[in-house]
Amino acid sequence: MPQRVLSIRIDGELVSTTEGKTILEAARASGKYIPTLCYLEGLSAVGACRLCIVQVAGIDRLLPACTTPVQNGMSVTTKSPKLAEYRRIAVELLLVERNHVCAVCVSNGHCELQAMACSLGVTHVRYPYDYPKLPVDMSHERFVLDQNRCILCTRCVRVCAEVEGAHVWEIISRGIQARLVSELNQAWGDAASCTNCGKCVQACPTGALSEKGHAVEEMVKRNDNISALAVWRGVEA
Amino acid sequence: MKKVRLATVWLDGCSGCHMSLLDMDAGVIALAGQADIVYGPLVDAQEFPEEVDVTLVEGAVSSQDDVNRIQKIRARTRILVALGDCAVTSNVPSMRNSIPVNRLLQRVYVEGAQENKGLPVDGVPQLLKQACPVHDFVKVDLHVPGCPPSSQVILGVVSDVLAGRKPDLGSKARFG
Ligand code: SF4
Ligand code: FES
Repeated sequence: MPQRVLSIRIDGELVSTTEGKTILEAARASGKYIPTLCYLEGLSAVGACRLCIVQVAGIDRLLPACTTPVQNGMSVTTKSPKLAEYRRIAVELLLVERNHVCAVCVSNGHCELQAMACSLGVTHVRYPYDYPKLPVDMSHERFVLDQNRCILCTRCVRVCAEVEGAHVWEIISRGIQARLVSELNQAWGDAASCTNCGKCVQACPTGALSEKGHAVEEMVKRNDNISALAVWRGVEA
Repeated sequence: MKKVRLATVWLDGCSGCHMSLLDMDAGVIALAGQADIVYGPLVDAQEFPEEVDVTLVEGAVSSQDDVNRIQKIRARTRILVALGDCAVTSNVPSMRNSIPVNRLLQRVYVEGAQENKGLPVDGVPQLLKQACPVHDFVKVDLHVPGCPPSSQVILGVVSDVLAGRKPDLGSKARFG
């Protein structure tokens, strides 16, 4: 079925796109940058991180670009002082929830959260840190899950379910108690459904999932091939 | 031109930020032309002086002594700069924050000690329950993240502040 062509405005510029696309997809297709953390091309979009918020004319709430479908005639603003401030707040709240000690993290220098804080000009955090006591799961033969660095973006959950088809990961509990767990909350090393493919590690934007044997700053990841594989297999939601 | 009165302070940090400060090579000489270092680990002064123009603070606030010092420093400083991740986020010192202080001291000074087992009592300040960023205790005028911030970043920030400019850290300084 041919999809209807729609036209919208992004930061004043006329962009044509097709019905069913999200604001983020339309923006990216026309070369416009909207910051994202939980979005990974090829996986379904969940709107977890709120970094991609945009303003849509006539709507007084900020909307996540990654989950909001385009509508004909929509006028979208992707950059403004208000959006910059709310994006900074989103990053600061991620930083206070866990123990992101960049200086001793395997992903230092290669972390999407760290890079995002830097590009948004977050030089400090205005909210009190929570300093939760969190476990590190070293039970898997090849990989590590460090809850201290997890931002609950669910990229690992989605890549495992949607690309690998193994469904190892899920989130339990709510709000500040929410945690990533493997296979009904068992140790990762005991998860019989894990195929050891490592896609979750590559998809993870922070140092929460890493390969064993990497010291501080050594964990460099690649997720472009995950996106390519997902798109190629037509996984995209 | 009157020289700016510059101080540096070392709270709960590893001294890496001071090392980075020293690492600016010839930059130090240029700075010395514009500023007098009136207090800090690099100079002799015992007491934090009055009327300091700029103070660079390295380290988190971890003990009651740190609290007393930072309050006095704030009262005597015009522009207070939190220098480096420990001062800005509490960083590595905060890794003890989910462990009760008594448990921590037991582990280090009793279970972990080969000799002279026992908690330190004399001459060491009481630890706070948690190590926290400087801005949790006093107003901070400028945050410079980094572990440590590179000497170029420090030089840029200090030169700007000395010249009365607001430094644009933009995307130059990052955590870690
Ligand atoms: S482990 Fe990584 S990919 Fe998974 S939810 Fe946490 S931050 Fe996201
Ligand atoms: S990228 Fe849209 S909410 Fe995370």
